[in-house]
Amino acid sequence: MFYREAGQFRTSYGQDGQIFPLRQDRWAMLALLAAAVLVVPMVASDYWLRALLIPWLIFSLVALGQNILTGYAGQLSLGSAGFMAVGAFACYNFMLRVDGMPFLVALVLSGLCAAAVGMAFGLPSLRIRGLYLAVATLAAQFFIVWALDKFGWFKNNDPSGVITAQPIVILGMGFNTPQEKYLLVLGIVVVLALLAKNMARGATGRAWMAVRDMDVAAEVMGLPLMRTKLQAFAISSFYCGVGGALFAFAYLGTVEPSAFTIDMSFRILFMIIIGGVGTILGSFLGAGFILLLPIFLSVLFHAVAGKTVDASITSAVELIVFGALIIVFLIVEPHGLARLWQLTKERLRLWPFPH
Amino acid sequence: MAGFQFFLEVLVTGLLSGVMYALVALGFVLIYKASGVFNFAQGAMVFFAALSFVGFMELGAPFWLALPITVGLMALLGVGIERFVLRPLVNQHEITLLMATIGLTFVIEGLAQLVWGVEVRRLDLGIKDQPLPWLADNTGLFISQIDIFAAVVAGVLVATLALVFSRTKIGRALRAVADDHAAALSIGIPLKRIWALVWAIAGVVALVAGMLWGARSGVQFALVFVALKALPVLIIGGFTSVPGVIVAGLIVGAAEKLAEVYIGPMVGGGIESWFPYVLAILFLLVRPEGLFGEKIIRRV
Repeated sequence: MFYREAGQFRTSYGQDGQIFPLRQDRWAMLALLAAAVLVVPMVASDYWLRALLIPWLIFSLVALGQNILTGYAGQLSLGSAGFMAVGAFACYNFMLRVDGMPFLVALVLSGLCAAAVGMAFGLPSLRIRGLYLAVATLAAQFFIVWALDKFGWFKNNDPSGVITAQPIVILGMGFNTPQEKYLLVLGIVVVLALLAKNMARGATGRAWMAVRDMDVAAEVMGLPLMRTKLQAFAISSFYCGVGGALFAFAYLGTVEPSAFTIDMSFRILFMIIIGGVGTILGSFLGAGFILLLPIFLSVLFHAVAGKTVDASITSAVELIVFGALIIVFLIVEPHGLARLWQLTKERLRLWPFPH
Repeated sequence: MAGFQFFLEVLVTGLLSGVMYALVALGFVLIYKASGVFNFAQGAMVFFAALSFVGFMELGAPFWLALPITVGLMALLGVGIERFVLRPLVNQHEITLLMATIGLTFVIEGLAQLVWGVEVRRLDLGIKDQPLPWLADNTGLFISQIDIFAAVVAGVLVATLALVFSRTKIGRALRAVADDHAAALSIGIPLKRIWALVWAIAGVVALVAGMLWGARSGVQFALVFVALKALPVLIIGGFTSVPGVIVAGLIVGAAEKLAEVYIGPMVGGGIESWFPYVLAILFLLVRPEGLFGEKIIRRV
């Protein structure tokens, strides 16, 4: 009844090419953004901002990168945490060694560094596909973390092994409180998500999807395979790198290689699988799901079993439920939460009629 | 002369540790050959098998009783996995199946932790982790008895599997299923039963691997990450070849140890974590299907 497009006419090409063709969608999105910018910083507690919203935004960004590579371009990658590490360390080193480097410039440069590394490790994708490529990216993950750990230059030869990230200062304003960090991360994520959406809708995204579906046919059709694949690796690693830099600067506050484990790479892959491969919304939904699930499980467990249960048992049960939930999700809805949202929207369009 | 002897020792140790990798990778190959699923949970299965065996022995069962009980448990686990995880996902994209097996890894790890606890345990197979005396005396090489035992066991296992695959009716059915599911189904081979059987066999292979690994380095959680090490072995050998897995295991084991000893000091050590992967990538660039794998022909 309310979610109808009756009476909404698109009278120009620009209007036809909008991301949100329906007026209701546009209003909902504006309302969401307004709430995120104006309401949330005032209402949410510091814990919520620091421990839930900021990591959610950061991991959504990284999941976006992973989605571009695995969801749109079809190149299975298990190295996203490694590229995050490159971004984090590059940002740290740029801020450290270049006097007066603006933070945003350092962010972009660190993304570009991660993109370069991503392209280098993406070169095998020109010869190998599928599972084999996943193992090649695993090599990237292990090698990057080892190199960042081994060569003290990256850590400024700090003996303690844990480096504090520099405070964020943009145009003279410091971004130190959780609210300020949240708004900064929100702004960056919104801009990059919009960029990703437009890339995915356009010729770039279509080229990626052609490569994903059948790369031999795409090449026969005239798509430059090497350029498309390397571009996907580069852009995806850029997003992961920026996400990693934000992870170190706006979330953790420290820069260390051991934070970017293979476990994190797997989690990011889970985020896009559960959220929906090949969708932009899916990155956000999946990141939220994976971040909230352990918290939800531990709260549930404590509520049900009380405080008398041993910690190893609770962690074991959490592992089991996590794994089982992933399997159940894959069986029930392989296209992820984004597809569930799509089905909901379609139902809403028909409401209150059944069909 | 001492230098060459040292080299031989490192080489042989590497080869023997490669045999261990090959054992773990064998489970992967069996499942991949029969059902096209890359079972990421093989490492967790190795860990769970070793842990259960030690757990049963701690509960009082003697060796000859704990072994068949654990074999039965692993077979049951394998069949259960095939029935409840793989069968609902039949025909899905390979990434989906991979993710399901990664989820399975978490489930099995959690189960192991829940049932048997988190302490590191010792696995005593009755073989001392000491150099073989007559070998040391005659050639000056110090090679642990456990490593040699593991190599012998692995050889026997591979030979048995090869015999089963080539001489028995079940083996023929397994090879038919590995070749082409639809064709096997069309001539009446019960696909679901074959898959359940393959998963059960993989579970038993995981048990053997787990017992040998556990005897060597104790049954601890790090065993799960052995699965990650088996990946380069699979890539170099080819995902569908049993002899390839053995050869590749030897190559990876030897190369890893030699690189760590000879190249490691130049860059500060720790090469073992990524060297096998880089080796695998180099192999892939030259031979994308692995040494013994089937040639990948892609049609449009």
